[in-house]
Amino acid sequence: MSDYRVLPGPEHFLPPAAASMGICLPNPGEAHINGVIAPEEKAYEEAARQFLMAKVPTIFPGPLVLWAWNEKAAKKATAVRHLFNTLVECVQPGQKPMLIPMPDYRPKYPKINPEVEINPNHPNLTIWHNRIDCCMFIGVHCHQANLSLKIIRGGTSCYTIAMCAQAGHEDAMLSFRDASVEKIMKLADTVKRLKGTVQPRLASAKNGVSS
Amino acid sequence: MSKERIQISEDLYDIMPSDYQDLVKSATYGKEDRGWKDIGTSKELIEQHSLCAGCPESMAFRYILASLPNPEDTVMVGSTGCTSLVFPMVAVHNIHSLFGNQNAIASGLKRALSVRFPGRVKDVVVLAGDGATVDIGLDMTLQAWFRQEKFTTICFDNELYANTGGQESGLMQKGFVAKMAPVGKLFDKVRLPEIARESGCHYVVNCTVSKPSLVEKVIRNAVHIAREIGPTYLQLYTPCILEIGKNSMEGLQEMRDSEKPTERFAYKEYVSEPAKQLLAELAAKDKERKAAAKQLAGQVSA
Repeated sequence: MSDYRVLPGPEHFLPPAAASMGICLPNPGEAHINGVIAPEEKAYEEAARQFLMAKVPTIFPGPLVLWAWNEKAAKKATAVRHLFNTLVECVQPGQKPMLIPMPDYRPKYPKINPEVEINPNHPNLTIWHNRIDCCMFIGVHCHQANLSLKIIRGGTSCYTIAMCAQAGHEDAMLSFRDASVEKIMKLADTVKRLKGTVQPRLASAKNGVSS
Repeated sequence: MSKERIQISEDLYDIMPSDYQDLVKSATYGKEDRGWKDIGTSKELIEQHSLCAGCPESMAFRYILASLPNPEDTVMVGSTGCTSLVFPMVAVHNIHSLFGNQNAIASGLKRALSVRFPGRVKDVVVLAGDGATVDIGLDMTLQAWFRQEKFTTICFDNELYANTGGQESGLMQKGFVAKMAPVGKLFDKVRLPEIARESGCHYVVNCTVSKPSLVEKVIRNAVHIAREIGPTYLQLYTPCILEIGKNSMEGLQEMRDSEKPTERFAYKEYVSEPAKQLLAELAAKDKERKAAAKQLAGQVSA
């Protein structure tokens, strides 16, 4: 097993792909936390804890849920909204949950508006601008999610969670696999259950998320 | 992609940036009579771009995107140059090819689309600069025409390599001195419209983009002929105001000056016999459709 751990950055300008450092993807029913395979139940707890600790917990829904390609995508969008509403209900004063879309993957020129969207080619801009210290990707095609997760790990100290519909992401600090409406709802339930039991790190986030 | 599938999930609609909401609400996908007159009253298929202020190429882009007859089922193929800075802001499927091989990419794409979507109209439109079309990509351009590939090739002719500082191109006029071509062009502008005609193109036009109605007409003709008969070619003058020493408000006048009867961009059109027949049929159908619509409108108001 690899000694390498996938931890919040900034790691360095070009962080290695976690897979190249020996990090493996979880099997069905499992997840990974910091690159270590863990039972999925533990991952729900840890993800909910990270959300409740963060000053700006954020969900980044991608094109696979933003656009109603089919009934399943629309249902996932409803679940994502439910998770966000749960976060808003459960955080303490001073915490500011956000829901920022990644509508597509174009390398937008001349600029993006980091207040209203995130672009996979420079996700750090949105993270920095909004001082996001914990984020979850959902509905982003894997190759674009990997790119973004690596850039975020390279240049920011943001904690990243991947709610992946395929096999998971080594480059996230915490990754679920086989994401479904039920899994998103279960995460929302876990957040609700842990409400009030986690101390937010408001003071440490004052200086911004990148060092 | 069918336009019916391009819908935003209801529960996340409010967080989508307004340009996406506008595209779904008020763009002219699927509108039969779409054209340049929709500009200003509906969402254009081009968002803010990074071309220079007053660049005629941006005008050309707006008119072309407003005029494509079937944008939701069109794939555009671009190449290296100023146009490649615009394509990320265009709401039509597009592919960026390597410098010069845009017509080879489009050939394969058109064939693949007809296999993947048999019985469905899928248009392919190449849009590249004069360097990609006439210099670096001339081989691929000509071979696609020889093979009678059914797609439209549009050349934005600014008569030099603008994006890299003003080097000489094959379409530069004789004697022209540019920043990076200090001795002046020694030979004539390549006569690509004539070459296109001889290479098998069924519709060839050489003009400027000063008149939106004209651009709309030639784009529609070129796409319809390419769809049914064979290759078409449009050479549109989009001068680089920076490289020819003009101010940003002088692009339009430069085009007007260059389209006078004795000038190099005087309107020239070639239409093959089968293409003429097709255009006549399309015009007759269009007339019939408009008359029927008028009649229906009369009945409704009565």
